[in-house]
Amino acid sequence: MDLTAETVRGIAKLARLRPNPDEEQRLIQDLGAILEFFAQLSEAEVDGIEPMAHPLEVDQRMREDEVTEPDRREDYQEIAPDAREGLYRVPAVLDSD
Amino acid sequence: MHERTLLEQAQALQDGEVSSVELTQFYLNRIQAHDESLNSFVTVTGAQALAQAEAADRARSAGEAGPLTGVPLAHKDIFCTRGVRTTCGSRMLDNFVSPYDATVVERLQAAGMVMLGKTNMDEFAMGSSNENSCYGPVRNPWDPERVPGGSSGGSAAAVAARLAPAATATDTGGSIRQPATFCGVTGLKPTYGRVSRFGMVAYASSLDQGGMLGVSAEDCAALLGTMAGFDSRDSTSVDHPVPDYQKELKQPVDGLRLGLPKEFFDDRLDARIRASVEEAVAAWEGQGAQLVEISLPNLPLATPAYYVIASAECSSNLARYDGVRYGHRCADPEDLEDLFCRSREEGFGAEVRRRIMIGTYALSAGYREAYYDRARRVRQLIRRDFQQAFEKVDAIAAPVSPVLPFRLGEKTQDPVAMYLIDCYTIPVNLAGLPGLSLPARPVDGLPTGVQLIGNYFDEARLLGLGAAWQRETDWHRQVPPGFA
Repeated sequence: MDLTAETVRGIAKLARLRPNPDEEQRLIQDLGAILEFFAQLSEAEVDGIEPMAHPLEVDQRMREDEVTEPDRREDYQEIAPDAREGLYRVPAVLDSD
Repeated sequence: MHERTLLEQAQALQDGEVSSVELTQFYLNRIQAHDESLNSFVTVTGAQALAQAEAADRARSAGEAGPLTGVPLAHKDIFCTRGVRTTCGSRMLDNFVSPYDATVVERLQAAGMVMLGKTNMDEFAMGSSNENSCYGPVRNPWDPERVPGGSSGGSAAAVAARLAPAATATDTGGSIRQPATFCGVTGLKPTYGRVSRFGMVAYASSLDQGGMLGVSAEDCAALLGTMAGFDSRDSTSVDHPVPDYQKELKQPVDGLRLGLPKEFFDDRLDARIRASVEEAVAAWEGQGAQLVEISLPNLPLATPAYYVIASAECSSNLARYDGVRYGHRCADPEDLEDLFCRSREEGFGAEVRRRIMIGTYALSAGYREAYYDRARRVRQLIRRDFQQAFEKVDAIAAPVSPVLPFRLGEKTQDPVAMYLIDCYTIPVNLAGLPGLSLPARPVDGLPTGVQLIGNYFDEARLLGLGAAWQRETDWHRQVPPGFA
């Protein structure tokens, strides 16, 4: 299956990836081959078959709405690339003016 | 000492023949002597291991030791360990130290087991050769020019080389069973939901299942009894009683109906591997098992269906790596978008990025029905095929891998060829069934294996068949020449 560079760039944008031009070429080729491989699925006779979610068809469990986790914010923020005063720091999202 | 199985090590500890500190130091020495060439460990936790071993010895003196107290093991670097980094073989998590333990780690630790370190793996468990790790490939102890299989290649190589008596592992499409067969060790992928996924870094959540690699089926039974069971912290964990696997596996083979699905013995299978599998099947027949020919007609569609589902779930699961809360962050981001995109582009390796891309495509507007939903319908058909088969048979015997361990670099240029290597293990994950990989007669000095597939929660029966085969053979006892 032929994918265009534009399609590959569109998927990369959705996936928050940024392939360089060489990689983009490689992806056009590889993803094309993988999609061709996936095309076999169109042969399957699946009319009326329910898509499967959990092999044992278990339902989502409910529990009491109670606090079960202790507050460990500091432990969790200690491993952040940039956290200060309980906040995660990222480049400015809004213009300063 | 290292020729012994895990249960024999446990016995030696119980008999006072050796202390946990001595046994732990013995394995740490073996890792130091041998792992430079294998690369099976990402992190060796020597000091912590000795501290745990001392605690185990103290518990034993106080009369508080359990059956596995003081026995060392290694964890695949996908299980979160509090205070010890968990990399998942990825640059993205190179600096990640989890603030909590995985349930599997917690339970084995509570049983008194000693962690030797964390084993190498394909990045985020995506791969069949362990060539996708950012820490470099693991080598097969039977032939260093060949791959150990993947994604649990480090765990399999470490157990095969007897650098650890056993290791935890995970299996999404064959990642326990295929490296087990490539390295000549025993590996069990339990029923989906049997072992908690809490603290196990997610790849494809509807398929991922934790298990183990060991020397013998009995060793796997002992570990499963400790690891298995309901966990409220895993929303897909199944509340089903945990039997005494070591007791259950003594059930006789006589009278069991063993299914042989023709789709697993097709022309993709190397004839030499077929001969090894048939030898194992004949041994079970000799012990009284009745052989039944069966068919699983939808099997040929399993591999494409699997890669659609696994990639789709991977693209969603790996969206959490944003360079903000933990993991790799790129230098000097221009803005938030740049921070996300560059951190992810730099942090993920090529195969992971490829699967994120394909999964994103398969879930995108206009394609979801044709790919993801269709694949999940095919998955239902495959599950039904197995359910119909289990009305006629008690277990299924099959090959694990269609090919022998291949050379490093041999298949890295062709992703689809690499995907097809897992054609005999993938259907089991799609159906959520347990699968056991057992060493069989080697071919030209390279390990082969036979796979047993059971009905839901029928691990004990598989382990029993495995133990019966291992009482008659010693393939599982063989240590690679360089590590004797």
